[in-house]
Amino acid sequence: MADEALFLLLHNEMVAGLYRAAEQGEGENGRCTTKLESMGFRVGQGLIERFTKDTARFKDELDIMKFICKDFWTTVFRKQIDNLRTNHQGIYVLQDNKFRLLTQMSAGKQYLEHAPKYLAFTCGLIRGGLSNLGIKSIVTAEVSSMPACKFQVMIQKM
Amino acid sequence: MSRPPGRKQENHKISRELFVLTYGALVAQLCKDYEKDEDVNTFLDRMGYGIGVRLIDDFLARSAVKKCRSYSETADMIAQVAFKMYLGVTPSVSCNNTAGNEFSLILDKNPLVDFVEELPAERASLCYCNLLCGVIRGALEMVHLTAEVTFLQDRLKGDAVTEIGITFLRKAEDRKHKR
Repeated sequence: MADEALFLLLHNEMVAGLYRAAEQGEGENGRCTTKLESMGFRVGQGLIERFTKDTARFKDELDIMKFICKDFWTTVFRKQIDNLRTNHQGIYVLQDNKFRLLTQMSAGKQYLEHAPKYLAFTCGLIRGGLSNLGIKSIVTAEVSSMPACKFQVMIQKM
Repeated sequence: MSRPPGRKQENHKISRELFVLTYGALVAQLCKDYEKDEDVNTFLDRMGYGIGVRLIDDFLARSAVKKCRSYSETADMIAQVAFKMYLGVTPSVSCNNTAGNEFSLILDKNPLVDFVEELPAERASLCYCNLLCGVIRGALEMVHLTAEVTFLQDRLKGDAVTEIGITFLRKAEDRKHKR
């Protein structure tokens, strides 16, 4: 749909613009990832609020993670998470075999070193969504071969 | 697993909200990074340009429109097809001068500012939607039309409507026939 193209382009431009600005002067590279992640956090918070207005209360943590993997991911990225794994002790791994924000970039190992930049926003998105559902977490991402990627969610006990 | 019938429309609305929220977060971040409004405006415009030069491909692929024969057709195309496709609104077009190369798009509903109530006091000259100007400019350039696009009126700054002004600049046609 048309909206997807718009968000994809905006996201890519955001990453490019922030890194370009960092090169030209202020701040080190590491800050860009933090900025992207915090933007994603804010968006995730807002989005999950509007999204779960009418849904029923979640039974437990696993239920929330399943919601993120199915409904949330489908709305944002038009597909579900392909694989969810957990150790039942607060660590979840969400695997997406064809991550929408990476499909246009490469289909293998090319540009692998640039992939993390494009995942920071989504990590923040997940963290923000969980935060407004009452779960404090740390989200990281890893890519070994595009466009598949894994998001690791570590729940922090408050 | 039964779903209420309005779900698909809701999802569509939410993905548009994703774009709007992301844009808002971006502007907020830029306001933190840059003190001067002009810097933020320039950054947004440049980003919009980068988006526009790519968006035009997507637009032409989706809409399969024929080539526009005049500036006013182009302005109509932008307002009635492109805006409708990407933002879901149809601004009204008016021609501003007799030469036929200055147009205004008047938006009475701007989805980008759905969640914005007002600009903060110290950011009075921030063009919140400057991205749109860059997008239009970039897209037009890829179809070989140079234009200047600016905001003439902005509801966030207190005007009645939001008005985007597009001025088509004459192409350097004489260069083609150089011997």
